[in-house]
Amino acid sequence: MTQVLIFPILVPLAFAVFTGCFRHHPSHSSCAAIAGALIHLASAGWLLSVVTTQGVVVLWVGSWPSPAGICLVADLLSAVLVLITAFLHVAVMIYTRFDTTHKQIRSGFHPFMQMLTAAICGAFLTGDLFNLYVWFEVMLMASFGIMVMDHPAARLPNAVKYVTLNIVATLFLLTGIGLVYGLTGTLNLADLHGKIVLVENDGLLAGTSLLLMTAFGIKSALFPLFFWLPAAYHTLAPGVAAFFGGLLTKVGVYALIRLFTLVFVTHPHISHTILMMAAGLTMLSGVVTAASQMDIRRILSFHIISQVGYMILGLAVFTPLALAAALIYMVHNIIAKATLFLVGGLIQRAGGSFHLTQIGGLYKTHGLLSVGFFIPAFALAGFPPLSGFWAKLLIIYACLESRHYGAAALAAFVGLLTLFSMVKIWMEAFWKPAPQNQTASDTRVLSPWMMGPVLGLCLMIVLMGFFIEPVFHLALTAGEQLIDPAAYVAAVTGGK
Amino acid sequence: MEHLLALTVGILFSGALFLMLSGELVRFVFGFVLMGNAVNLLIFTAGRLSFVAPPLIGKTGTVPAGPVANALPQALILTAIVISFAMTLFLLILLYRTYAQTRTLNTRQADFLSESAGDDTGAVTPEKDHS
Repeated sequence: MTQVLIFPILVPLAFAVFTGCFRHHPSHSSCAAIAGALIHLASAGWLLSVVTTQGVVVLWVGSWPSPAGICLVADLLSAVLVLITAFLHVAVMIYTRFDTTHKQIRSGFHPFMQMLTAAICGAFLTGDLFNLYVWFEVMLMASFGIMVMDHPAARLPNAVKYVTLNIVATLFLLTGIGLVYGLTGTLNLADLHGKIVLVENDGLLAGTSLLLMTAFGIKSALFPLFFWLPAAYHTLAPGVAAFFGGLLTKVGVYALIRLFTLVFVTHPHISHTILMMAAGLTMLSGVVTAASQMDIRRILSFHIISQVGYMILGLAVFTPLALAAALIYMVHNIIAKATLFLVGGLIQRAGGSFHLTQIGGLYKTHGLLSVGFFIPAFALAGFPPLSGFWAKLLIIYACLESRHYGAAALAAFVGLLTLFSMVKIWMEAFWKPAPQNQTASDTRVLSPWMMGPVLGLCLMIVLMGFFIEPVFHLALTAGEQLIDPAAYVAAVTGGK
Repeated sequence: MEHLLALTVGILFSGALFLMLSGELVRFVFGFVLMGNAVNLLIFTAGRLSFVAPPLIGKTGTVPAGPVANALPQALILTAIVISFAMTLFLLILLYRTYAQTRTLNTRQADFLSESAGDDTGAVTPEKDHS
């Protein structure tokens, strides 16, 4: 059943065409998008079940012989990330059913979102470096389209920052790919694993790995390359921001994890030391900057940066436990961060503003919404028994186990500052009395189509916290697959 | 020949970076085009230069007769060219629309320096107009 691999990419692509045909009938288009997301979820679930029973699955597209053709590969890391993407896709599609205007749908909102999903899944599943570049470009194009669509005044300078910094990153990526091809003569990731150790030009190899690290560092918003993210994300509509904030940076993190476990493991004293330093500074700078913000969306944007640091820390520590922790952290963070962006949109609907000084008293008027905020916010800060607690605990434990005491202390400290930001939103938006000029918020009833996805995602956070054991075993298996990629390489190259 | 191409790639890269860092967004586009070409040339050089037959197979055989040129870098470059065309086009239109809004493409102007530009528009999310 190797064909199962193509469906998480093919389904959104097909629905991109389908919803495109319906774009002049907005309600049909929305329904088609939700149906597409549900089928996508089913295909992603099928993929994970196949990968857990059969191990690494490989599909050679076009049946070209190994390693000349393009292949799609799914190991546990890819399959889990595809599944979580599909979950978020469903939640966001349901949420945006009542949060997009007809004008946005007519200008192609749904086709762009479906293309974006296809590209994200493609990036998770590809086994070829150049193909990864192509999926990144598809992802960028779709995200550009959504970002500039239906813009009110004064949003375009922010979009320009996002676009320019991201296309510079893809040029760096392409340069790195050219150099890797020149050094090894192959671009298949599994094939590279064997051939990279044969490269004699050590200096150029290290330089190339750092060039690719820079490219993916920009994509995943690592310190000091994150400036495009806070410039752009706070201008997006909540549903889109949830999808972008939850997933786009994580694709960069995924690419870093894949490359620096499978391919560039020849200079760990250089690459993983730099990753460790970048991770620490990313965690700290993101959370400190967030503390000074008063706009909910800007606070959340800076927290994306800070949270990416934890995942990269897991990669930098480079033990099976640390990589398992990084995977759990990614899954937890994709859900929690997306939920918070959706809740941010609901706060704006209920209170009338994204700005914390202009709203208040939502606890009294919107009790369910405050539960919907409380759960992901405290999961993000790392409170037991929510998913974030286990994710942070495992990262810190992995740091202590490999004697990175400073990194462990920093991770705990950043968790404390995250709590500060979350408590700030809680106190300002929910707890303090409503300011005088606030319009009567009691009358603003929140649509169940928008509360539903938020509460569903909250339930996932709680369930992941309570039933962490099976998740942990799955992640640990994934971590062991990453540290010792023999099974991955054998599945792709056919044991040669 | 490789040395000459390597030197060209280096010059193109430095020119592109200089243009990109100048702060004028129109120059950024030129820098982007220049760097795209530099990278394509780099991939071409990385695929090893050889003065041999084109990679074509005769009517009878299934493998080429003698040594042929490496076709893979050309396929990679072709893909990259198509993508960079699309990117350039998008970038030009985006800058044109930005200029229509801000009346400047200099990144040192206030519109570009302030990250919170657009925040004061308040409720950004349009109300639903579903029936």
